[in-house]
Amino acid sequence: MAAVLEIEGLAKTYRSRRRGTRRALDGFDMRVEAGQVHGFLGPNGSGKTTTLRTLLGLIRPNGGRMAILGQEVPAALPTVVGQVGAIVESPQFFPHFSAQDTLSLLAGAGGVPQQRVAEVLELVGLRERAKDRVKTYSLGMKQRLAVASALLKEPKLLILDEPANGLDPGGIREMRTLMSDLAASGMTVVISSHILAEVQLICDSVTIISLGRRVAFGPVAQVLAQHSGGGLRVRLEAVTDLPAAADLLLRSGARVTPQDDHLLVYEVDKPATVTRTLAAANLFVSELAPVTVDLESVFLQLTATAPVPGQHRQVDQSAVVDGTSSSSSDSISGGWGV
Amino acid sequence: MSLFNTELRRLRKRRFVRYLTLGGLLVLAAVAVGMFFTNQKVGPAQIAAAERAADREYQQNLGYMRQEQAACEQAKATGNADVGRFPPDCSSIQPPPREAFQTDWHLPATFEFREEFGSTLIALTAVLGLVAFVGGASFIGAEWSTGGMMNLLLWRPQRIRVLLTKLGALLSALSGLTVVTIGAWTAAFWATGTYRGSTEGMTSGAWQSFGLTGLRGLALVLIAGALGFGLASLGRHTALALGGVLGVMVVGQFGLGVVLGMARVKFVEAWLFPTYLLAWMQKKVTLQNWASCQATYNGECKPATFDITWQNSSILLSVALVLVLGGAIWSMRRRDVT
Ligand SMILES: Nc1ncnc2c1ncn2[C@@H]1O[C@H](COP(=O)(O)OP(=O)(O)O)[C@@H](O)[C@H]1O
Ligand SMILES: [Mg+2]
Repeated sequence: MAAVLEIEGLAKTYRSRRRGTRRALDGFDMRVEAGQVHGFLGPNGSGKTTTLRTLLGLIRPNGGRMAILGQEVPAALPTVVGQVGAIVESPQFFPHFSAQDTLSLLAGAGGVPQQRVAEVLELVGLRERAKDRVKTYSLGMKQRLAVASALLKEPKLLILDEPANGLDPGGIREMRTLMSDLAASGMTVVISSHILAEVQLICDSVTIISLGRRVAFGPVAQVLAQHSGGGLRVRLEAVTDLPAAADLLLRSGARVTPQDDHLLVYEVDKPATVTRTLAAANLFVSELAPVTVDLESVFLQLTATAPVPGQHRQVDQSAVVDGTSSSSSDSISGGWGV
Repeated sequence: MSLFNTELRRLRKRRFVRYLTLGGLLVLAAVAVGMFFTNQKVGPAQIAAAERAADREYQQNLGYMRQEQAACEQAKATGNADVGRFPPDCSSIQPPPREAFQTDWHLPATFEFREEFGSTLIALTAVLGLVAFVGGASFIGAEWSTGGMMNLLLWRPQRIRVLLTKLGALLSALSGLTVVTIGAWTAAFWATGTYRGSTEGMTSGAWQSFGLTGLRGLALVLIAGALGFGLASLGRHTALALGGVLGVMVVGQFGLGVVLGMARVKFVEAWLFPTYLLAWMQKKVTLQNWASCQATYNGECKPATFDITWQNSSILLSVALVLVLGGAIWSMRRRDVT
């Protein structure tokens, strides 16, 4: 499948006279396939917005390469930008214009037919308030307007930076439906977020970033499986057979954690090995299932941002991964696979 | 073209720009109307009345002097306490000659189109120049500070082109406004001349001269607009452009004037910016240094003079324009948009 978005070794260091330098991106890689809904996850300040800004030509990287729809950016940005709808960071609009005017001016600047304005306003549910000044909008309404502005040019690639920010539960669900509809229509969607339950529900694949580096990527199921440690939950017909089974599996090279009524088995090459080993000793498996984890625990584990009792974690305290696994260009083929 | 038209539309939609323009035009209208009603035609009746008034003033003075003379003589004769008030010789108390009471002084104000229209063009330029400066600064400054610029760049990533198109839209709107206003202004003062003064002596040469003054006024309005625009774009905030110029004007100019005056620098005005604006409009400003003596053949002193010509001003204005716009373009090219 063709990559709609490719980023390799992206580096960005912010320099300011007052606060010195800050390395926001440190050899970051990312790849999004066509037609996916891709989650871009990371703790606050990990570099998500910086990545998106760089991709869209708003800031200048210090190194690395990027391509959108197969064309190198920022060089080809003027030609591809018509196919990329984006919102970056919290939505900002001129407060004294109405939503209608704001979108109409954008459509004018981008050469999009004006009737598209009414369509997107309808789509994001702002039809009735379109004539009100943006100043009078709630955060969620501004967010909807931002999504409308991104959809205005009927993009092939839609990039949304924290789109669920400020939305009510109904709004979040509508957004979710909208995203799946858009993806079904063939649009590729990249959503940066830290609301993980959300991402798990709608994303096909994810990239997890921490301190400016990629720490995990791939289809959601794969990332989850990788970080469940490939663990299996094994139940037997008779609970009394558990110690014997544990013994057998240990001797076959697996790592076993006995629980009250089942075993957690790690480091086996495939589930069939477990069945075969136990069956050979006349022990029969009544349940064999992969240990499931949710994206949130994977995220907390990978970025090392799980709360520790008695400590107040500071924003820049996240995982530092060793450079070899993610900062070089060969990491596309390594890691958790694409 | 779509971007240019959109920017013109944006400029028209801006409430602040509308109010500012309206305010400027109201001030100009007030001046024009005021000039109409404070001037009147001078005919034989007005001249006769003025002569009568001058004569009356002479007679009053004459009467007063006679009274004083009588009092002086009486004081001398009686030797009373008032004697110190009078000169030693009472006959030296004489009224001024009749010619000293000029008829002109008692003529009502009358509008001599040929003599006075030129300076009203300077007033017009001052008002429109201020509108252009503040409007230009607000047009781009508010875009920057509200994130509108960032949104636009997501649609049109060619930054320099976006900046220059905005500037072009601003300047063409200013040109339109200035040309129309100068037209209306000329008509209004022509009417004032016709009904409340005279329009005599308007040869084609005189018209040409006014035409050139009008053109220089237009140029100054455009320069003011471009400078406001450039400063606000450099600072990415409206307030900064205005604050910057206020700082320069008030602290710089006033302070500089005081300091140079105390240092007894010759031709202090040559260091002050407004002098150059005036020179630009009048073609020449002649400064005089009263603390000097240029001997003349008849033994009088004349002050030394120093001419500031419109060519001097044009150099200053070009340098300011190049620095500010060049800086704005450079910063647009180099700086990150965050
Ligand atoms: N304009 C800026 N100047 C200096 N540092 C910045 C700027 N923008 C972001 N940063 C820093 O870069 C890091 C990444 O920020 P950002 O990309 O906004 O994070 P995220 O969107 O993932 O929350 C943070 O440490 C932030 O403080
Ligand atoms: Mg962010």
